[in-house]
Amino acid sequence: MRRHWPQVLRTPVGIVGIALLTILLLLAVLAPLLWGDRATATDTGDILSGPSSQHWAGTDDLGRDIFFRTLVATRLSIVLTLLATALGVGLGLLLGLAPLLLPRRLGRIMVAFLNVLLGFPSLLMVLFLAVILGVSTSSAVLAIGVAIASPFARLVHTLGAGIAERDYVAAARISGVNPVRVIVRHVLPNVAEPLVVNATVTASSVLLAFGGLSFLGIGVQPPQYDWGRLMQDGLGSIYTNPLAALLPGIAFVVTGLAFNLTGEAAAGTFGAKSRSRSRWTSPAAPVTVRPSGSGDEEHARVADVLDVRDLHVSFPGPEGPISPVRGVSLTLRTGEAVGVVGESGSGKSMTALAVAQLLEEPGRVTAERLTFCETDLQAGARSDHDALLGTSLAVVFQDPMSSLNPVMRIGSQLVEAARRHQGLTRQEASDRAVDRLRAVHLADPERRARQHPHEFSGGMRQRTMIAMGLMGTPRLIVADEPTTALDMTVQRQVLDLLQETRRDHGTAILLISHDVSVVSSVCDRVLVMYAGRIVEDLPSADLRTKARHPYTRALIGAVPDMATDLDAPLTTIPGQPVDPRNVPDGCAYAARCPLATERCRQDDPVLVADAIGSVACWHADVALDVRIEEEAR
Amino acid sequence: MSRLDFEDVTVRYGHHTVLDRVSLTVPEGQIMGLVGESGSGKSTLARAAVGLAPLDGGRILLDGQPVRHRGRRRPIQMVFQDPFSSLDPRMSIGRSIAEALPDRLGRGPRAAEIARLVQLVHLDPDRAADAPSRLSGGQRQRVAIARALAGRPSVVLADEITSALDVSVQGAILNLVREMQRETGLTVLFISHNLAVVRYVATHVAVMAGGRIVEQGPTADVFANPASAYTRELLASIPGPA
Repeated sequence: MRRHWPQVLRTPVGIVGIALLTILLLLAVLAPLLWGDRATATDTGDILSGPSSQHWAGTDDLGRDIFFRTLVATRLSIVLTLLATALGVGLGLLLGLAPLLLPRRLGRIMVAFLNVLLGFPSLLMVLFLAVILGVSTSSAVLAIGVAIASPFARLVHTLGAGIAERDYVAAARISGVNPVRVIVRHVLPNVAEPLVVNATVTASSVLLAFGGLSFLGIGVQPPQYDWGRLMQDGLGSIYTNPLAALLPGIAFVVTGLAFNLTGEAAAGTFGAKSRSRSRWTSPAAPVTVRPSGSGDEEHARVADVLDVRDLHVSFPGPEGPISPVRGVSLTLRTGEAVGVVGESGSGKSMTALAVAQLLEEPGRVTAERLTFCETDLQAGARSDHDALLGTSLAVVFQDPMSSLNPVMRIGSQLVEAARRHQGLTRQEASDRAVDRLRAVHLADPERRARQHPHEFSGGMRQRTMIAMGLMGTPRLIVADEPTTALDMTVQRQVLDLLQETRRDHGTAILLISHDVSVVSSVCDRVLVMYAGRIVEDLPSADLRTKARHPYTRALIGAVPDMATDLDAPLTTIPGQPVDPRNVPDGCAYAARCPLATERCRQDDPVLVADAIGSVACWHADVALDVRIEEEAR
Repeated sequence: MSRLDFEDVTVRYGHHTVLDRVSLTVPEGQIMGLVGESGSGKSTLARAAVGLAPLDGGRILLDGQPVRHRGRRRPIQMVFQDPFSSLDPRMSIGRSIAEALPDRLGRGPRAAEIARLVQLVHLDPDRAADAPSRLSGGQRQRVAIARALAGRPSVVLADEITSALDVSVQGAILNLVREMQRETGLTVLFISHNLAVVRYVATHVAVMAGGRIVEQGPTADVFANPASAYTRELLASIPGPA
């Protein structure tokens, strides 16, 4: 939180808010000292007069100066506001955290009690308590404190319960840290930011509530006076001297603004830390397109479903563009299945999104060629390709719940896509939806089509996504980690379904996965990505035996399979993946590579094709031998 | 070195029975794998052992004595799946580890103990002052293991500790688990949905489905000659080259 406050001061709203608060606090401290006498001096010769050079805002019924009274009342108004807020926040913290410490059943009763309290409008509660507790300043503080405690407690409890479920809280409990200390050490610091923001905003409503009570005569009692009291006094002469009531009103508005603006600025700063505010500064793509390799014309055959040359994906960053994909070329023929593997951050998912034209702003895709079913996706507007992409391209993501609309029936979602792109009638589309659900082996598809996504298991949703793709006649399915969230047996079913689709419809498949075994069970060819480039391209069958890039070999060696030698340690890859903001010169893998030489650190190896596949490594020829020697040792 | 016994352990959430009279012995000084699909109850079994899930029946014994969930010394420790939520983002990793130390130590001995634990999991002891946000997923998981070891436990429960990690770090963590266990002779219950991972680290394995143990025994035997149909189905689901 500490590092956020300076940022609060950098926003215009924050500057105004904090400046106002500072002025008010200074007034609260200084005004009674400087002008206390003038505010209480009575002048019976000059009562209820209008504004004059002597009394800027006129005088009250005892001839006291209203301007100075308003200034002096700042202290009492703000002190009472802060007292009541502190009381409410303190009480709210206690009530909100108690259910986390109490035994489960007692905690639940307490939460229910809080919820009931919330049902009462807080101003009503204040009036009610003020009447019960009697009319005095201290009972008004108590009443307002209690009234704001319940909503605050509810917030504390909701936020706190969220943190209390985190594993680090469980870990602390397991280590024998006592429950109160767990709350103080782990829960409170992690909910502090929203609570501080909320308390600041609450303060402004407390100010108003207190003013209201005083105005009604059940708050501050004479001879003490706060702004509410002054407003009440001034109301009688509103027609002769409107300033008498307006001035305290203005004080309310300014103070309320000070609290709200500060809270608002704080909320904006705290909340914004996860969001990136980066924008492109220039309209032109700042990506340099490298000269194309020669002799790739033979790839551009009619049978190619997808042909991508030198694909770049960039995002604007604070220090220039960040490029998670840096020149990827790939082609998929009809019915071909190609897998892409790599660590997180290697650019494999970005590649998939770019190919499927699903990359959101401010991401930018540039390529020397990006052709899908002989259509140049870079030509014309994105909407020109909607029909083609809608019918011929299917996309399956890791989390199917986020790609299905939770409030629409499964059948309607399938129908919607098909009617838009294929011009089917409602009945035709509906029949086809049921037929497609049957094709992905969902039992009782008629009933399933009428259900909502939450009634489906993860595997069923994933099959529904594939069914949605099959509403058209997809030439390509892009599947990004389609089975990562699924159980093993369900994973098998989904992978089998992908294979079946490919066999029956000649659909090409681009399968992105971190799991080498998943990719090699489905795909003909595997592309290994590292730091936004393809570093090796080889047939799946050769993956375990003929991989030459040291990264590919390390990836395979790091993951045990059912034949792994139990006596040898698994391969480890030292160091960290490359940060796309800071890609080194030369081979991006050099820093982690056991074979790296000076050349690797200076010159970037290019992907070179040969009999087995393609590999981008200066030591592709020796890599295999060194490995075998290492294993023999 | 201790033996962990689950005897007829039952856990219910509302009307849903998550664990249905589970009896399982984690043998002393061994790594026992626990495999099963999501919802089979394997995580709940671990949470019951450390007191995070209340028992509705049965008991959990450590060397024949009921496990205590009170006080500063906790003989059973746990490492969680997600290294991004298992460390308090506002605490340095040194403080997170220190919190799990069972004895109050002076400043010097405490720093030395933290450095020892950090080194034990192959991290640079200078990093003890770092916030978790400066560590990668694999490094965080090492810290979580160090924290579990800080309590000087006799049993460690590892709940899917590699499934949130990148493939490139998975191997390093698995190596670390095997190395730790060999050096300290800890008893480990290693929960995973990945049969190949369990085969690599565990000498014994138990298979769970629908809140029950369907099969258990030495890993090599169970995987070579699965007795239950469910285990056979699991083994058949392992993706391999087409």
